Amino acid sequence: MSGTGNTIGTRGLVLNEPLIFEQGSPGRVGYSLPPVDVPEKKAEVLIPKRLLRDGIPGMPEVSEVDVIRHYTRISQWNYCVDLGFFPLGSCTMKYNPRINEDMARLPGFAKAHPYQPEELSQGALQLMWELEQYLAEVAGMDRVTLQPSAGAHGELTGLMMIRAYHTSRGNPRSKVLIPDSAHGTNPATSALCGYRVVPVKEGPRGIVEAKAVAEVMDNEVAAIMVTSPNTLGLFEDQIVEVSKIVHAKGGQVYCDGANLNSVMGISRPGDCGVDVIQINLHKTFSQPHGGGGPGAGPVALKKHLAPFMPVPTVEKKGPRFNLDFKRPKSIGKVRAFAASFGVLVRSYTYIRSMGSAGLRRASEVAVLNANYIQSQLKGTYHLPYDRHCMHECVFTDALQARHDIHTVDIAKRLIDYGFHPPTIYFPLIVKAALMIEPTETESKETLDQFIAAMKRIAQEAEENPEVLRQAPHNPKVTRMNETKAAREPKLRWRPTS
Amino acid sequence: MRYIPNTDADCKAMLQAIGVRSVEELFADIPAAVRLKRPLKVPPALSESEVARQVRALADKNANADRYSMFLGAGCYNHFSPSILNHLVLRGEFLTPYTPYQPEVAQGTLQALYEYQTLICLLTDMDVSNASMYEGASATAEAALMAHRITGRSEVVMARAVHPEYRAVTRTYASQLGISFREVAFTEAGVTDIGQVRKMLSERVSCLVVQSPNFLGVIEDLTPLAEAAHAVGALLVVAVAEPVSLGIVKPPGECGADIVTGEGAGLGTGLNYGGPAVGFFATREKFMRHMPGRLVGETEDREGRTGYVLTLATREQHIRREKATSNICTSESLIANMSAMYMVTMGPQGLRDVALLNLRKAAYAKDRLAKVRGFSLRFTGPTFNEFVLRTKKKPGEILKGLLKRQIIGGLDLGRFYPELKDCLLVCVTEQNSRPEIDALAKALGGGR
Repeated sequence: MSGTGNTIGTRGLVLNEPLIFEQGSPGRVGYSLPPVDVPEKKAEVLIPKRLLRDGIPGMPEVSEVDVIRHYTRISQWNYCVDLGFFPLGSCTMKYNPRINEDMARLPGFAKAHPYQPEELSQGALQLMWELEQYLAEVAGMDRVTLQPSAGAHGELTGLMMIRAYHTSRGNPRSKVLIPDSAHGTNPATSALCGYRVVPVKEGPRGIVEAKAVAEVMDNEVAAIMVTSPNTLGLFEDQIVEVSKIVHAKGGQVYCDGANLNSVMGISRPGDCGVDVIQINLHKTFSQPHGGGGPGAGPVALKKHLAPFMPVPTVEKKGPRFNLDFKRPKSIGKVRAFAASFGVLVRSYTYIRSMGSAGLRRASEVAVLNANYIQSQLKGTYHLPYDRHCMHECVFTDALQARHDIHTVDIAKRLIDYGFHPPTIYFPLIVKAALMIEPTETESKETLDQFIAAMKRIAQEAEENPEVLRQAPHNPKVTRMNETKAAREPKLRWRPTS
Repeated sequence: MRYIPNTDADCKAMLQAIGVRSVEELFADIPAAVRLKRPLKVPPALSESEVARQVRALADKNANADRYSMFLGAGCYNHFSPSILNHLVLRGEFLTPYTPYQPEVAQGTLQALYEYQTLICLLTDMDVSNASMYEGASATAEAALMAHRITGRSEVVMARAVHPEYRAVTRTYASQLGISFREVAFTEAGVTDIGQVRKMLSERVSCLVVQSPNFLGVIEDLTPLAEAAHAVGALLVVAVAEPVSLGIVKPPGECGADIVTGEGAGLGTGLNYGGPAVGFFATREKFMRHMPGRLVGETEDREGRTGYVLTLATREQHIRREKATSNICTSESLIANMSAMYMVTMGPQGLRDVALLNLRKAAYAKDRLAKVRGFSLRFTGPTFNEFVLRTKKKPGEILKGLLKRQIIGGLDLGRFYPELKDCLLVCVTEQNSRPEIDALAKALGGGR
């Protein structure tokens, strides 16, 4: 009854694999080290015994083959972009080009030290300087700091700059306006900067309306944090008016750039009145997500905020590039060293591979793909905002709820059909959302397979709802007991003896 | 474009199915005034071979540890990475999934992170670890914020011997919330001045932050520091910028640390011009729910099979929004797992052996260089793989001279410490051979 027929999701041989701590044998090794070519002094001769450790009880003792098998086996329990369609909304799970990996591993990058002299780091500095120009151009901004390590880190950096800007004008202000559709990182970031969050409700069309902003805007509002295109996949078409209202009272406009993939070469946040935007290189600019990082969240900004950028910035004087630490108004540093540099190499390589026209084409096809899915599933699933979308479309389970089938059941059943589920139950303003972002790197055939699977699931909801409630059937494990995990937290293995 | 499969014909068919004539119509919501009416000023596309050539040309302009003898550490250490690590992290199954929100199809990442959390606990001798932070400095800043949340106190006492960039980042984070800072000096031994610590600690202090081995390379005696902090109800935060040291140095957990943070890039990820890196973050059981970051926990599925999920999400921003313990979302899973692969490959013996090799080589270099005329040891305390030399000539000039011999000789400490402007921080790892060390001594005027 759990069959998915002739679809790409099927069963295969998957091997069990215990924790690495339950494997190995005393004395087994997986490493080799060069011989000791200096006097073999005992540790306690060099360091007082009370500062030394006895051993590391519990660390596994395994061979190189064991390590390879262990990780290869468990890797096969993961779904990933390399396997198939991963339409996780607002996450932009596009293909990750392999040439980027090769470039990041060139010894001139991978084996360069962040404190080596600038004259011996000119290639790294040039790459960063050029990447800044490209990102500033795409975002329509004046400067970019490459330092932040992820999107939320970029938000934090951006808001810190805004706070420093207001402080320099005499009052850091106390509030930040955030639409209800915003990602949870926006309010969390505001709190980290000591700001109180004032929610702004979206209008009936799913966008932030100028009128609503005008009502709550005052001289204590430091900034509004908008996401455009927003988490409903809609372009914030009143953003220009919103920016004017916020600027009139001395506030700043922060744009969460998580969804930049839909507007490259089409519209620039900077031209819409945005003062600061973070750019998630692990979304729009093809850095692989790695199961939760590393990413990078460069922050693009208008020039009135440039004095507050984190140090160092990358500057160019004649043919020479240098790091500038002498910036007295800077907020300081948000991480050690210049940036998550390896990520920058990948995104630089991606931009050079795509070129100006390629970036625009990527946004066009990303939007086309999303609208195609929306048009084909409309009617089968409830579409709360029935208009053309940008990079993602948002459905709900309203039509399936009649059969007591919910978003989670639809999502889990998609796994059986060979697809990663969309983002679910987000944005919060839509009840039981299914947020689908296909990206430009998927072919029409893949989208058609996905659409067919979604339609079959809708049919199953009517004819055989139990199969959905028990889904997924095909993976190594089925639905996990998350309540138990939270009630009796077990966050590590412990030695038994 | 090779990354975009849909052809013009595919696009046309899709447009027809949608019921529009052109892609332009799909962008109708974007007001005309904010449409870009020219192409982006980004260079035109390059073929794969062209892009490889151009990027390689940039890489070739940089010095690197293959072409130079590298004696520079200072928070970013040149360690060997076993070949299998790179092969494993390049597996698409680890490289290309998202954060494991759907545990049924993410058990690989989840089990690997559960093992990573355990390995960090074993290495630091702490109770619980999160699934990674961005890197060492911001992890340390988050530890200061966590201590502020736990104690409700708003003063941080931080050792001046903590990495200058860790101090700078902690200051940036904490100043947003009005948390104040005081710095404790180091002694002639190169360790944090415990007398001064005791004077500065009070019931207003949330935490004492130290690093070991500290930025000057000296191993701190953590136990009395922990006792001093606990005596006033403050937490001890220990940052470890050089995790390889923990193969041999007593772990902070055994010395009474309440939060241990640090930089994991030394565990097999390497230099990368400073990043990507991975911040580790471990604490005591009782503080578990105050931790920032993702946590992986064990549970079972409907059929009773053991499995892993992201858990304790009620601390996190997507549930708690402005009341979250942190805003961190994407962190450094792949690098965390790479460091786990390193620890597993090395095992207890390998971690000890590589630490001992660092210690012995650095001790040899320390002896050898301190005997060169015009150089002496600046501090007397015990060191791991880094030490400070006082120099007669200006450190900057010495370093410049060494570059001609393909040697990157260390860090001019005047960059961060005006009081140490006649000092050089030298790092020696398992990657530096004895002939390299001898060549450094010779280049500095030490004969042989």
